[in-house]
This record gives sequence, structure tokens and C-alpha cells, in this order.
Amino acid sequence: MGRREIHLQLNGGDRRVEVEDQTLLIELVRGVGLIGTKLSCDMQVCGACTVLLDGRPVSSCTTLAIEADGKPVETIEGLADGAKLHPLQEAFIERFAFQCGYCTPGIIVTAKALLDADPEPGAEKVRHWMEGNICRCTGYQTIVDAVLDAAEQLRSAR
Amino acid sequence: MTEDRKVAGTSARRVDGVAKVTGAARYTVDLSVPGMAYASVVRSTRAHARIANIDTAAAAASPGVLRVLTGQDLLTAGLTPYYGHVVLDHPVLAIDRVRFHGEPVALVVAETRREAAEAAEAVDVAYDELPAVIDADDALKTDAPILHEQRGERVGDEGMDQGEGGLVGNVCAIARVGWGDVDAAFKKAHLVLEGEYRYPKLYGYAMEPYNALAFFDQGDLVVFSSAQHVYMVRRDLARMFHLPLARVRVSAPYVGGGYGTKSYTKVEGMTAAAAHFTGRPVKLDLSVEEAILTTRSASARIRARSAFSADGLLLARDFEIVMNAGAYTDNTPLVNSKTANRCFGPYRIPALRVVARSMFTNTVPSSSLRGFGAPQGNIAGELQMDEAAAKLGIDPVELRMRNMVGPGEEFMPGKRPLDSDLRDDLRCLASALEWPGGTIGRSIGLGVSASDAGAYPTSTAAVRIHSDTSVTLFTGSTELGQGSRTVLSQIVAEEMGLPLGSVGVVSGDTGVVTYERTTGASRTTTITGRAVQEACRDARRRVRDLAAQALEVPLAEIEDAAGGIRVRGSELSYGEVIERWFGAGGEVLGHGAVRRAEGFAMMPPFYEIGCSGLELSVDRETGQVHITKLTTVGDVGFAINPALVHGQDAGAAMMGLGAALHEELVYDGEQLANPNVVDYRVPRFSDLPDQVIHLLAERRDGSGPYGAKGAGEGAGNTIGGAVASAIGRLIGVFPHELPATPERVWQLMRQAEKKKD
Repeated sequence: MGRREIHLQLNGGDRRVEVEDQTLLIELVRGVGLIGTKLSCDMQVCGACTVLLDGRPVSSCTTLAIEADGKPVETIEGLADGAKLHPLQEAFIERFAFQCGYCTPGIIVTAKALLDADPEPGAEKVRHWMEGNICRCTGYQTIVDAVLDAAEQLRSAR
Repeated sequence: MTEDRKVAGTSARRVDGVAKVTGAARYTVDLSVPGMAYASVVRSTRAHARIANIDTAAAAASPGVLRVLTGQDLLTAGLTPYYGHVVLDHPVLAIDRVRFHGEPVALVVAETRREAAEAAEAVDVAYDELPAVIDADDALKTDAPILHEQRGERVGDEGMDQGEGGLVGNVCAIARVGWGDVDAAFKKAHLVLEGEYRYPKLYGYAMEPYNALAFFDQGDLVVFSSAQHVYMVRRDLARMFHLPLARVRVSAPYVGGGYGTKSYTKVEGMTAAAAHFTGRPVKLDLSVEEAILTTRSASARIRARSAFSADGLLLARDFEIVMNAGAYTDNTPLVNSKTANRCFGPYRIPALRVVARSMFTNTVPSSSLRGFGAPQGNIAGELQMDEAAAKLGIDPVELRMRNMVGPGEEFMPGKRPLDSDLRDDLRCLASALEWPGGTIGRSIGLGVSASDAGAYPTSTAAVRIHSDTSVTLFTGSTELGQGSRTVLSQIVAEEMGLPLGSVGVVSGDTGVVTYERTTGASRTTTITGRAVQEACRDARRRVRDLAAQALEVPLAEIEDAAGGIRVRGSELSYGEVIERWFGAGGEVLGHGAVRRAEGFAMMPPFYEIGCSGLELSVDRETGQVHITKLTTVGDVGFAINPALVHGQDAGAAMMGLGAALHEELVYDGEQLANPNVVDYRVPRFSDLPDQVIHLLAERRDGSGPYGAKGAGEGAGNTIGGAVASAIGRLIGVFPHELPATPERVWQLMRQAEKKKD
């Protein structure tokens, strides 16, 4: 099997990583210590492993690391600005939009992609956009509320 | 001292908030230690067979492989190769025989995860097949293949409701509850309802699958694991390796979902065995598919009869319950007993007979899942209230009101009287749902339950007051997402008169924290919370003692003040007292314990109330059910953190909806047809009801701190019955089997049409 070095922009920083052809993107990010990205279903249906590849949410459990070569990758660790949380993170805390927290990184990253694309989504759009993310703890309502709160926060900050 | 509460009763932000929204929170799956090797499980491809031979040569010769382990290796090494908290019958790795498809047969340990997984494929197991029994009713038959000719040793203690002894055949557990002359009551009844109700096998899908990391440190066994009950796992491991409890450390960092599915030992024995035989730290991470093959919940078939007078009073109830326990005992005796206790409802029932049997079958072992026994039993008991109401022409809410026990009234002889005003809860629920409704094409369903919750009330806690007046709490309760670290911190802050930010928590690590029986049965706030209160009070008592000595003042002159003491008009913080006494540095330790005495003398420690309902519509073309409104009443005595209570209610109700509408593990022959989360469909964002309302009922009537009592299961326990009753009222036939999938609902609609013709 082949090994090669790939070059990606990981959470804004240039990074060269040696990977095997079969290395998955989740193995790459967790391998460099970004453990916020979680593996669960391993079948691309639960969303716990979601990262942004070139700005788009992908399941890192079924994406090859080499696909990220030359591209920006953003994980949950890339959202906060030092100690200053992203408005989504603030809203998730304020709304109690997580419990065990295992799905939370993937959910917040997916929501960020939504708000990047549409700063003013309605509740219906949030529900539709988040359909690929499972949460077993919260029952979802607080997550929808948190995403809407964060959207408003981001708009008013503009 | 704390009449005017400052922290308890507020929706304080979660203390694990920042860690969880930034991805920094560490779960067992995130842990690694230098020199760590990886294990992979070889699983049975037969439902029931003798193991003729396990050829490990090819696997052992595979690249990177350190060791291939079988059950025989554990036996030969003199380890106790079984685990179980009630009956010692669950092999760590199969010995001579497999009893379900997917049972662990061997374990491969290798340098990398991939090498372990690849070598596991090379293990060649030869089987001599035995006839298998999959269905619980088939397991009852006299000619059924027997799973356990010899029973495992019973190791359960006083605190476990184990049901009857003298079990034969495939009966794993029997529980009987009853009083009065049932047969006579049925004879004189105005209305007798009879029906059969079915509740599915479920997979809890905690999103972090079972995993563990184990190593030996100077002969002491250290295991990090996704377990809920670290002290129960410690006991299994100590027995397995013949170690004193003091030399086994089980630690659960953040746990990615529990819901009961991570109660008791799962993969810890296998992982520790791998560490024992290789001398290396070993990590074992199961996949979701393997997690499904580890634990499920028990399905139930219930034959129920209820006798009513003409004015709708219950005269008698009679339940015959058969549950599918799976291949090993695990938590079945407790689940079985709870089903028996939780099926008939919080009603005045002059005569009752319940017999519950749980059967061994060649299927994945069943164990705990949120509310265990309650959702299975509730559908039978509550749906018959709705069916009786329809037949008697009495409003279903009114029918429940007429029969319901009041506050302080006993409904199970010898048990704690009802510690709640359930009638008032039901009034709140009905009003929030705008009962009886009237929107065309929609229908409301609701239900109540009172579960004997809390488990056996043994709990301890410790607090350390540091010299800067901050406090660390030590608790054996694990943080599963329910918010235990937050609520217990709030109790500490309240008791010690400190801001929440001055309280730290160390939890779920038997090497560090004090004893806690379990983290389950909704007990933490109520029972652990009381132990935490006692620990705080003990610490404050010690601070007063130190102050009296250091200041040379009579003890009687020293009073508690916020975050310290008051003496002769001046205040000293805890830290100041500590420094005065020690001279430099130092700390004060407080210990608290609760047991089955005083407020917890009577079992159960509290009732967990279920009072939730919903409004739904049904697509006449497809049978698809849509939930338009969901309402829960959280009867928690006192909400120490209201937002966390709502979170528990929302999560429980949504899980209830999953079971009511979609979820079911299906056996196709001798193996599971849907052991993955594509085919086993859990609720998603699109299943969120149009409107969700969570109410609180706070009457300070719980046995926990400030009158609190538990939440987390109740809101879900009644959902299955509520969905069935709403569908029944809408389409004219009550579903007796869950989940109410579109196909089943569609079939019922055809039945209803035929009935009309």
C-alpha cells in the first residue's frame, strides 16, 4: 500500500501529514490530536464525525484522507478563537443543546456550514439541514433553538 | 442556613459545557497510553453450537499479532472466566459453547487496530450446531432446546430484586405480584377487557459504542471504560482476577450516552484479560454493530385482563408477561421484576395478579434500557384504561382520575406510599394538550406511570475544602450527559454557601472517589444528592471544630456563614479557618453516606412519575404517523436545575417515540436482520414534533435534597401507550403492538374499515 505526504489547511494552519492511501480523514484528524471529531455509526448516517472539507460538511469516517490534499479542513477545534467561543458554541451552552456531548462536535460543525451558507435560516430549514446528524440525548428541540439563536447573534454582530 | 436558595433551583450552565462544545471533552474512546496494543473480537457465526475447535495458528502468525485468546485460556490460567451481577453465567469469551449469533469467541491482540481486525478474520472456529430457540414463547415449550442445563452461581446481593428461585428449563426469572381474590372480582365485573400487547426489542444506541482501555500497574488492574456503574464493574473484575477490590480501579471519564445500556460489565473483562495475557495496555473499541450484539432491551408479550364496574372503577387486573431475555442472565431478574411492578399503574386495584417470566433464548443478551420494564408494561396497563373508557363511554382522563391513588396513598402493599399528586399532574397535562382536542384528523393520547425507581439507596460522597475556600466533590456517580456533575455541584455550592465556580467535581473513578452503588434508575440527584448534602454538612461541622480550636472559642459560639463561619460578629472564610488551624496549607475533608434508613428506609426511595402525552395525525394513504405536539410533566419534587430536567424529559420522550414508531431489532432466522443504524432507525431531526411543551410540577415531595426526586425515565415510559391510544381513537382500532410502523397502522386502518362494513 502506498504512503504519501499530503498538504492541507487544518483549522487555518498549514499542515503536512504522511498518510496511507487507505487512511480515513477521521483517522488523520484524530491522529493529530483533534479528538473532538467522533466515530459512531461508521456508515455515514449519524454525523458524529462531520468535518468541513473545503467548507462543506462531510462524514470523515467514510472520506479518504488523500481527498483532503490541498484543501482546507475545519474541525470542531477550529471554531473558537482562543478562549472566545463561536456564537454557535455559546448558544449550545446557553440552550442546553447537548447532554452526553458525543454528537455535539459534528452537530455544531454541520450547523456552522449551514450558517456560513445561509445566515437567516428558519426552523424548518435548520431541521432539514441537520437531518444527517443524530442526537440520542436531547430530543433535538434545544439544538434547533441554539442554531437559530446563533444565527441571530451572528447577524447582529455583522 | 440556606433557606434562601441561591444556586439550587436555577438553570445554571452545565459545568461540562465548554469542554463539550469545543471538542475537548475526553471520553474513553479518546484515551491512549504509551505502548498501547489493540484488541479485536472474533464473534460466533452460529446461534447455538458446541465449539469443536478454535484454530488460532494463522491469526497468531499474522503481522503484529501479540496473542490470540480464547475462553479456554482464561480457564487454564485460573481466572474466573464469567461475569454477572446477579448470576455468574456470562462468559467473558465463550467456553465450549456459543449461545447467540455474535457472541465473543476469541480475542486477537495486535500492535495496531488494523492488524488486530485482519488477524481476527483468520481465526477459524469449527462448530457442532445445536438447535436454537429465538422466540420467547418457543423457549417456554417443553421440547425447547435448553440454554443453561446448569445454572450459574447466584451472586446478587440484598439490594437486587431477583424474583423467585428454583428456576427450570429456559426460565431466567419469575416475578409475581398480587393481592385479593382476582377470579371472584372478574366474575362480578360489569366489563372485562382482555388483550395481548407487544413491545419490541430495542437497541439504546448510545453514540459512543462500548469500549475500554486496560492495563496492570504494579499488579493493580486499571480499566478506563464507558461504563455507567464503575463499582459494579470493579466487583466483576476483582472476582475475575482474584484481586482485592482495593487493587482494581475502574474509571469512566465522560460517557457518550448511557440510558442504562452501559450499566454493568460489557467489554471490560475481555480488555483486562488481553492486558493480563500480553502484559501491555490494551484498547478495545467496539463498532456500533458489535455494540448491538452486546446488549439490547427485552421484548415483552403481555396478556392483560382488566375488570371494571359500570361506573369505571377497577375491580381487578391480571397480567401474564413473557419477556425475551436473550442468552445470559445479565440484568434480566431486575428488569423482569420491574415489569411486573410497573404494568398495572398507580391505581386503586382491589385484586391483582401479575406473573412475569423472562426466557433464555439464543439471541443477544438483554439488559437495562431507560425505564426498564416500565415501557414494556405500561402499554398494556394504560391502553386498557383507554379501551375501557371507550367501551364504558367515560372520558379516558376521567376514568384514570376515578381510579388513581392520591398523594400519600399506598398502591403496592408494604412499599412507599405515592410521593406525588399524580391527579394534579394529569390535569396539567390534559390542559396543556387541550384535551380532549377536536382538531379534525388529529388525536390526543396520554398516559401515567409511577415507577419504583432509585434502586437500593446506598451512596457515599466526599468533599474537600481547600485553603482558598474552593471545594472539590468526589462522587462515584458517572456523567453520562444527564448533568450529574452540574446538579451535584449546585448542591455543593448551595450547602457550602459558595458560588458554583468555586466547586470542582471528580467523578466515576473507583480509585479516587467514594462508593456509589450505580448511576441508574434516576437515582443520582435524589440519592447521591443526599450523600453530597451529608458530606457538605460533615465538612462544615469539621470547619466549626477547627475554628473553635484555632480561635480558642467555645464551639457553641461558632455559626455557619456563607462560605465560612461567623464568630463574635466577625466572619472567617473556610480558607481562613483552615490556615489558622494548620498554620500553613491544609484542607478539610467531609464524608457523607446514605443507606436504607431514615428517609430512605422504605422502598422504593421514590417513585418516578411518568405523565406525558401527545397529539398526532395519521396519513390515511400510507399509515405514517406524525406527532404534532408533545407534552411532558416533570413531577420532580423540586427542580435543582430546571433546564436539565426539561432535557431529561425531552430525551426520554423522544426515545419513547422512537420505540413507539420506528425502532425494533428484528431476528431473521437465527441472526439479527438490522444490526446497524441504517436499518435500525432512531429518531432524527425530522421526527421532532411540531410543538414541544415541557412542564414542571414542584411540590417538594421527593426524598432527595430540597424535596427533589428523580427524572430521566418517566417522560418516556408512557409514550408507547400514548401513541397507541391516540392512533386507536383516530382510526378506530387500538394498536396492540409497537412500533406502530406505517405498515402496521395501514393494516389496522383496513381492519377498522372492515369492522365498519
